[in-house]
Amino acid sequence: MVPVTTLHYLVTAAALFVLGVIGVLTRRNVVIVLMSIELILNAVNLNLVAFSRIWGLHGQVFAIFVITDAAAEAAVGLGILIAFFRNKETINVDEVDLLKW
Amino acid sequence: MEPVATTFFFYFLSGLTLLSGVLVITRKNAVHSALALILGLLAQAGLYLMLYAPFVAGVQIILYAGGIMVLFLFVIMLVNIERAQKEEQFNKQWLIGILSAGALGALFVLVYTKGSSLFPTAMAAPVESNNTQQVGELLYGQYMFAFEIASLLLLVAIIGAVVMAKRRI
Amino acid sequence: MLDYVTSYLGMNTTPGQAGNVFWALVYIFVVFGGVSVAVIAMNWLERKALAHFQIRLGPMRVGPHGLLQPIADAVKLLTKEDIVPSEADRFVFWIAPLIILCASFTVYIVIPFGPTHAITDLNIGILFMLGVSSLSVLGVVMAGWASNSHYPLIGSLRSSAQMISYEIAMGMAVVSAILMTSLNKSGTGTLSMIGIVEAQQQQQVWFLFKFFPLGFIAFAIFAIAMVAETNRAPFDLPEAESELTAGFHTEYSGLRWSLFMLGEYTAMIAVSSIAVTLWLGGWLRPFPNTLTGPAWDLVFSLIPGFTFLALAAIAFVGVIRMPKHPYFRIQTAGLAAFGAGLGVIGLLLFLPPVRDRIQDIFWFIAKVAVFMYLYIWYRATFPRYRFDQLMKVGWKVLLPIAIGVLILTAILGVVL
Repeated sequence: MVPVTTLHYLVTAAALFVLGVIGVLTRRNVVIVLMSIELILNAVNLNLVAFSRIWGLHGQVFAIFVITDAAAEAAVGLGILIAFFRNKETINVDEVDLLKW
Repeated sequence: MEPVATTFFFYFLSGLTLLSGVLVITRKNAVHSALALILGLLAQAGLYLMLYAPFVAGVQIILYAGGIMVLFLFVIMLVNIERAQKEEQFNKQWLIGILSAGALGALFVLVYTKGSSLFPTAMAAPVESNNTQQVGELLYGQYMFAFEIASLLLLVAIIGAVVMAKRRI
Repeated sequence: MLDYVTSYLGMNTTPGQAGNVFWALVYIFVVFGGVSVAVIAMNWLERKALAHFQIRLGPMRVGPHGLLQPIADAVKLLTKEDIVPSEADRFVFWIAPLIILCASFTVYIVIPFGPTHAITDLNIGILFMLGVSSLSVLGVVMAGWASNSHYPLIGSLRSSAQMISYEIAMGMAVVSAILMTSLNKSGTGTLSMIGIVEAQQQQQVWFLFKFFPLGFIAFAIFAIAMVAETNRAPFDLPEAESELTAGFHTEYSGLRWSLFMLGEYTAMIAVSSIAVTLWLGGWLRPFPNTLTGPAWDLVFSLIPGFTFLALAAIAFVGVIRMPKHPYFRIQTAGLAAFGAGLGVIGLLLFLPPVRDRIQDIFWFIAKVAVFMYLYIWYRATFPRYRFDQLMKVGWKVLLPIAIGVLILTAILGVVL
């Protein structure tokens, strides 16, 4: 088989990114949408760390910042979900349409 | 020390990551999706180890798989309603969503094939015995400001999550 | 092929670092077998020690002085009916104990029994151990949720909230110990487990006694947090029978419950090993730098043999005190054989080639055994914490003290 190069990692990250985007765009369950966002962030991290092997450790430092960001965003997003769940007993994104015309 | 069976581990781990990604977006039961995501995160930590980034792999296991996913499981247990599993899982615009994501994927493939001359094919294995030390030096040296901003961001997130989830402010 | 196997024997590193898969697998099997034997011995010791604390005898019938009781328990658990609750999610119900077990056993990859006696020496050793042991929270959450019953759900929520609260105090205490490793001659610290013990050897002090009392307070915080992390008394409200009918493992019976118990004892031994490595000098013998010299080395190297001979003597005292009734003949013979076996091991440990090799492993295991006995002692002595008191201690007492110790250690490390 072909020896594993950086391009292999980039293609894996791109595929993971596309899967995350499909999850965000097509699922109705809010928790699964949030988990697809985590997939997108992980794909970005894999890209950063794959490049950091060529061009120095800055990619790894930025990957750590992205993980920190993902934690903060997941916490706040899930808090919003719980607050909305108390108002209207649903976890589907289509049904969050109180302001719709 | 020579790495052992690199190709096998790469295909195994990346296959596991992509499989878990597919499982996350297709399962009806949110807990099964969360379990698949945990598997994917652990496989990704393995990929980081293969890229000679042991510190990022350790942080991924502790924070992502051991922290964020526990948070997700708690919230799923709180808001899990049985009738949501029997409803329609994919929304009305699923076809356009998949098509646009496919277009995005095609764009990625185009960029990678056009620019494949930019990536070197073979690289020497970097020294990983002082990876943690070097990441620490960068983090507390060059990126000190970003580090402090990140800690402030976490403080804001803590306060925000507590305020959001309280019943009476 | 043969030189692949023998090429490792001359080397001075762990098999993982040498890249030798065969010897790494051999070490893995040895560690796995050792931990399983230790869990069985812990099971017996817990019942006997708790009984003697409560002025009763404990299991006496199954083998001589109940020595075969764990085996009888294992047979009983294996032959019980496997009940799965009716509306439970079968896949998650099945996988929850496996996650706890895998997370607890994976930690043993980096535990250093000696300077080259580890399966491998990751240079992020302690980070790996903390991360993988935090994966067992996931198993607890899933066990409670998959049981589809309210006692397990409440028990698992409480148990996982307790575990993640005390993980933070544990992490802070560990960081303050890691800071102390950077005070050696080369000026850089290390996260690798073998490197931490070698830093203690180089700085000529166990980190327990360094910057007294800071090292001691950090050790105390870790010792309390590790008891809470493994859901043991006095922090065992989520699984206490009088409170929550066994909490998150209520609906598990037979083999699945024994997997939970195996995971719990394994996690106890794993976090005790972290405490021993970080603060108590790992495999170093007591007083490595104040009582130096070949005479003291010889004295300390005879201690393993004397330990086993003392255990054999206790067994023979038990033989002498057995009732002289024909019904007890088999038990007396069994106990005498057990005592003779211990005596043979003790005599073996006096031979010079064995004596030199067994030193590091013996001292490490002896220190971990002290921690195991302390776990049983806590369970017999302390009353249980109520859940809100438990969370208050974790967040409002241990965490500020841990952060304070960390800051003071950093200041003293820079100044001194």
